[in-house]
Amino acid sequence: MLNGLIGKKIGMTQVADRSGQVRAATVISLGPCVVSQLKTAPTDGYDAIQVTFGKKKLSRVSKALRGHFAKASVAAGAKTREFVRRGEGELTLGQPIAAGDVFKVGDQVDVEGVSKGHGYAGVIKRHHFSGFPGTHGTHEYFRHGGSIGNRSYPGRVRKGLRMAGQMGNECVTVLNLEVIELLADDNAVVVSGAVPGAAGGFVVVTHAARPRRKAMTKVAANA
Amino acid sequence: MNTVIQKLEERALRKDLPEFRVGDGVRVHVKVVEGDKERIQVFEGTVIKINRGSSRTMFTVRKVSYGVGVERIFPLHSQRIDKIQVLTKSKVRRARLYYLRSRSGKAARLDTAG
Repeated sequence: MLNGLIGKKIGMTQVADRSGQVRAATVISLGPCVVSQLKTAPTDGYDAIQVTFGKKKLSRVSKALRGHFAKASVAAGAKTREFVRRGEGELTLGQPIAAGDVFKVGDQVDVEGVSKGHGYAGVIKRHHFSGFPGTHGTHEYFRHGGSIGNRSYPGRVRKGLRMAGQMGNECVTVLNLEVIELLADDNAVVVSGAVPGAAGGFVVVTHAARPRRKAMTKVAANA
Repeated sequence: MNTVIQKLEERALRKDLPEFRVGDGVRVHVKVVEGDKERIQVFEGTVIKINRGSSRTMFTVRKVSYGVGVERIFPLHSQRIDKIQVLTKSKVRRARLYYLRSRSGKAARLDTAG
């Protein structure tokens, strides 16, 4: 099977376990993804499985991509991405893969998404600087960052200094969320905690690259 | 709101609880876990706030205990709530009875509904 799937963030809610403990949770519409290409080491240099998710009007698909998807006789989706193989299981072109094929309840997952854009933001919003006093002689210098360096030594601004700039609208991955529930009828999953981006944004859910051992034992205890 | 989330939340609703409103006197029986034992604790007071939102609904109960005002916030649809008894109904004119905090004794009474 695959290591992950493409989905769409639906929104957040709360989920309580049997003891009544409430947790924040995100609902993700995950899959089904259709296999559009099988890459193998002899032909492509590496092994991967390309899948496509969602719908896209044929008129919006470039001719080059139309040809690519025609080869697999698959309709072009809104998002296409490669995943590595994980575990056993035969995969064929055109095969639809549901969330339940890849994940089970209790799995730890990483979720990748594009964070909400905040535009070109100043240092107060972007780096939580405290700004300057509103009174006591501050003059046209309220939301500035202050000094950015020394004098002739070192004579330059150090690299990595926090300044104003683009905030958000970048790819962010949150690690080690737990799959709380699989909703097979709705092609959706419920994961613990928050996920980058606004509701309706595309996300990629993969098995955790660096699973937390503590959480694993906790999951085992609940099972 | 999205129908998937709606379905998820509707499933978590408890239909065995009585309806009550802000200003009502209630007795909330809460399951408390102590060590490996579970017992029922009772909290009795006036509902001063209901924050509605499907299964996420929370309500605040206020009582005066040994001269000290105590407020407790409960998730309405929580499995930790054993039962809720509605003791009194009151006529109130606002949704949040925060003004009760600055009153005590006779001034903190509410008109009974009728």
